[in-house]
Amino acid sequence: MKKVLSGNSAAAYGSMLVRAEVISAYPITPQTKIVEKIADLIANGEFKTEFVKVESEHSAMAAAVSASLVGARTFTATSAQGLLLMHEILHWASASRTPIVMVNINRGLAPPWSVWADQTDSIAQRDTGWMQFYCESCQEVLDTMIQLYKVAEDKDVLLPAMLSEDAFLLSHTSEIVDIPDQEKVDDFLGTFDPEYKLDVNRPMSFGSLSMPHQYYYEFRYKIAEAMENAKNKIIEVERDFEKVFGRSYGGFLDLYRCDGADIVLVAAGSMSSTIRIAVDEMRDKGHKVGLARLRVFRPFPVEEFKKLAKDVKIIGVLDRSFCFGYEGAFFTEIKSALYNMDDRPLVKGYVVGIGGRDVTLDVIFEIIDDCMKTTDTKEESFKWIGLKG
Amino acid sequence: MDQEKTWKEIPWGGLILDAGNAQEYHTGDWRTERPVHIMENCKHCMYCWICCPDSAVIVKDKKMVGVDFDFCKGCGICMKVCPFDAIKMVVEGEEGD
Repeated sequence: MKKVLSGNSAAAYGSMLVRAEVISAYPITPQTKIVEKIADLIANGEFKTEFVKVESEHSAMAAAVSASLVGARTFTATSAQGLLLMHEILHWASASRTPIVMVNINRGLAPPWSVWADQTDSIAQRDTGWMQFYCESCQEVLDTMIQLYKVAEDKDVLLPAMLSEDAFLLSHTSEIVDIPDQEKVDDFLGTFDPEYKLDVNRPMSFGSLSMPHQYYYEFRYKIAEAMENAKNKIIEVERDFEKVFGRSYGGFLDLYRCDGADIVLVAAGSMSSTIRIAVDEMRDKGHKVGLARLRVFRPFPVEEFKKLAKDVKIIGVLDRSFCFGYEGAFFTEIKSALYNMDDRPLVKGYVVGIGGRDVTLDVIFEIIDDCMKTTDTKEESFKWIGLKG
Repeated sequence: MDQEKTWKEIPWGGLILDAGNAQEYHTGDWRTERPVHIMENCKHCMYCWICCPDSAVIVKDKKMVGVDFDFCKGCGICMKVCPFDAIKMVVEGEEGD
C-alpha cells in the first residue's frame, strides 16, 4: 500500500508495522508528529500497543528500558534537548542490552534556541553504546526501522539502535512511501524473545553491582563484541531485506557514482540528496566526483572507508555538527580509520548546515571546488563553509 | 563469585541468574561500627528486627538473640529506633561489652 507520508509519519507507521508492544515517548518539536500519529493510530483502532505517557524524556527512556527487559518490543522517539536529557539512561539501555529502537530528529541545541537541522545532538551520544543510523528519505526511515529491530534483537547483538532524521528537511517532508504488507514484516522480524528477561517465574538480578576484581571489565568487553557482531548483522539484514522487500540502502556506506571517482564527498542525512544533484552536474562536466553517504555511524564502517579510499585522491567530509575544541566528528573518525593505510587519500573537513543553515547546491559546489584546487597537494584543511564575516 | 569465569561464560548486562544471591554477598565487610546488644534492657519488642535494612537481627523463639555480622553493615538504625536503649554502637576493634 502506498501513502504520502512525512518522515515523522513514516516512523509512526514503522512502529506499527514492527508491532511495537510498548511505546513511551515525550513530545518535542520537530518529533511531536510521531507521537501524535501514533496516538491517532491507537485511537482509530489500527494499532494495539501500550502507550506510556511520561513526564520527561529521562522517564521515557527509563520506561523503555524496563519494558524491553520484560521482553517487550519497545519504541520511542525524541529530538535535541530531549535526547540530551535521556543521556544517562542511554548508557543504561545499551549496558543492560535492551534492543530499543529510537527515532531521533536531528535538531540544533540551545542556546540560542534552534529547532532546525543539526546533527550535534546524536553525535554527542556517540559513546553511549547505541547503534546510529542516518536516513535520507521517508521510505528509508520506514524500511530502516524494520531492519533495526532485526539487527538489534539478534542474540549476538542485543543493543539499542538510534535512527536519525534531519529536522523538518526529512521529519516534515512528505513523499510517497510504500508500506509493506504486515504479513511480510511479521515473517521477516519474528517475535522478540530474549533468553533472559524479567519474569516472576524465573527470578534473577538485574542492575547489580560489580566490583573491580569481578566482571565489570568483561561486561563492557561483551558490549564491544556485540557492536562488532552488529557489523555483519547489518549487512546480512540489509541483504535479506532486499530479497523480501526489493529495496536496499547500501549498508554502511551508500555509494553514489564513486566508480573511478577522484573526489568523494562524505555526508549523512538529508543533504546527501543535494549532493547527488551536484555530483550529477559535475559528472556531466567530466569531473570525477562521487558521494559516499554515511548511513551507519556506530558501529563505524572502518573497512568500508578503507575500501573506498584505495582508489580516491581526496575525501571531502561534510559535518553537520561540531566537536568544540577539535573538528567535525565524521572528519576526525574517517581520518583515524585511514591512518594506517600505506597510500591514503587526502581528507578535508567542512562544517556545514549548523542550526539548519541551508546546505544549497552552491555550498556543495564550493566544497567540490575547494577539493579540486588541492588535488595535487597534501594540505589538510578544515573549514566552516558560509560563515558570515 | 567463587570461580573465575571468562567473558564468554558470563551472561550479558551484569545479570546474576541465581535468585537469592544477596546471601552470597557479605555486606558485613563494610562495617566500621558494630551494634552491641544489651540483653538486660531488651524487651524483645522486635522493633530492631522490623527496621533492620539487611535482615541481620537474629530472632530465636520470639526473642532477639543477636546480630548476623555477615550482613550487618553497622548502619546503627537498630540503635536509633530501640525504645529501651538495648543496643549501643561501638567502633570495630574496640571492646564492646
